[in-house]
Amino acid sequence: MRRVGAPRSCRDVGQDTMAATFFGEVVRTPCRAGTEDQEEEEEGRRETAEDREVRRQLSRKREVRLFRRQTKTSLEVSLLEKYPCSKFIIAIGNNAVAFLSSFVMNSGVWEEVGCAKLWNEWCRTTDTTHLSPAEAFCVFYHLKSNPSVLLCQCSCYVAEDQQYQWLEKVFGSCARKNMQVTVLTCRHVTDYKTSESTSSLHSPFLKALKTQNFKEPPCCPLLEQPNIVHDLPAAVLSYCQVWKIPAVLYLCYTDVMKLDLITVEAFKPILSSRSLKGLVKNIPQSTEILKKLMTTNEIQSNIYT
Amino acid sequence: MFVPCGESVPDLAGYTFLMPAVSVGNVGQLAMDLIISTLNMCKIGYFYTDCLVPMVGNNPYATAEENSTELSINAEIYSLPSKKLVALQLRSIFIKYKSKPFCEKLLSWVKSSNCAKVIVLSSSHSYHRNDLQLRSTPFRYLLTPFVQKSVQTKIMSLNWEEMEKSPCIPEIDDSEFCIRIPGGGITKTLYDEGCSKEIPVVVLLKFVSEGDNIPDALGLVEYLNEWLQIIKPCLQCDDPTKSALQWKMPSSWRLLFGSGLPPALF
Repeated sequence: MRRVGAPRSCRDVGQDTMAATFFGEVVRTPCRAGTEDQEEEEEGRRETAEDREVRRQLSRKREVRLFRRQTKTSLEVSLLEKYPCSKFIIAIGNNAVAFLSSFVMNSGVWEEVGCAKLWNEWCRTTDTTHLSPAEAFCVFYHLKSNPSVLLCQCSCYVAEDQQYQWLEKVFGSCARKNMQVTVLTCRHVTDYKTSESTSSLHSPFLKALKTQNFKEPPCCPLLEQPNIVHDLPAAVLSYCQVWKIPAVLYLCYTDVMKLDLITVEAFKPILSSRSLKGLVKNIPQSTEILKKLMTTNEIQSNIYT
Repeated sequence: MFVPCGESVPDLAGYTFLMPAVSVGNVGQLAMDLIISTLNMCKIGYFYTDCLVPMVGNNPYATAEENSTELSINAEIYSLPSKKLVALQLRSIFIKYKSKPFCEKLLSWVKSSNCAKVIVLSSSHSYHRNDLQLRSTPFRYLLTPFVQKSVQTKIMSLNWEEMEKSPCIPEIDDSEFCIRIPGGGITKTLYDEGCSKEIPVVVLLKFVSEGDNIPDALGLVEYLNEWLQIIKPCLQCDDPTKSALQWKMPSSWRLLFGSGLPPALF
């Protein structure tokens, strides 16, 4: 069966191909191999100067920029070059961010040191030049009493073409070995592969992945093969593995991806880890702060107000 | 860029560089998994790049509890010094517009490492075959002009089929003919880059359809083995239906088609 025309590849799904089903109907099916590179090559040859300009403008719009909101200036060097750190805790996703806000950031004084500004199709920021406090989705803080402890709250989605840029702007190109990185994130439980059915799993549950140089025992079982992790958490862990930085990723598999009390509380075993010990002081107060965060969020999401 | 696992950069002069193309059915990658797992190749480094979508997971070739906790990333290099083999495994897809820069960077590094030749394991859409191809073997090879004479002679002696040229623009009747590898991912780019940079590149591919591509991967490694003889046939095999060659499937091939099914479904 010959392919009719040359379907444009979709960035999210990958190249469509034609296939016949058992009943003989012809359907478009995504190809597991991803983008059809022959298409990209032909696209490149047919590209006009105008197309190239559009592509350049789009990639400028998608650039990841790091700046200080207080002074409205961009960071000239990478974040870790400006703020050398011994401990870096990164929360990716709303539940991980809520956990750090309630259990870590409420104890001690945290000062904002930078903010990552980025735009992609998933992010709700429309104006990339002026980010309001409510829209600043990726913010970096350091502990005033111990400035070598850095924290990142990232609730926006960092797209695949922005992940390496984010790494470069935050970590820079020279690897720092005298630091430990902890990443917290969530994934939907249907992403977890097991020989039982996922409906029989008791979610939320925590799994960990660590780099070779991370010598501490993790606070939960390790993620078994054949499970894998993608996106920004994978980008951070890959960087740490390659450059021999001790790092651990705590992954919470949950069936509720929006802000959820039970999912956030599933991260609690991490409070006993060396990275967070000493940073967490008042757990009952943290639980109260967390409950307040949930209620605020619920009101905002009421479609009748 | 290549980042070694240890402190020193390994010497790869004279080695055969094996790599997959991310192509239809992921056959090249499955074949690489079989080779790395069967030969128990040792990880020597990473090909750290911004061209591939990031991913991490625990050791896909784990055989026991002790070796199951080593982290793996999207592009890793393995070697087998006894057979002068070095293998690259790719575990994710290319970020848009980054496949050509990747091929250029990779082949430039392979050339500067003085590898003897590059072998690309790949696949192509089986529905693109013409009538003649439908009636012949599904395996094809392609050589860049700089492949050593000895390799060319050996391949000719195997009576393999060379990849045929097809119309550059299928819809036009009097279109020129050129090498096209639909569904082959970076295969054509690697071949072109090999031609222009004087690098000996051998492409081995199979015409496949998406589905359970494990048999295709087994077919492709046996095709490669006909030439390279990387594993010897098992002469003491009692079962005539079993393949004479013992390829070891890695532990990461579990649950390839998803988790278990809920019993309530039945």
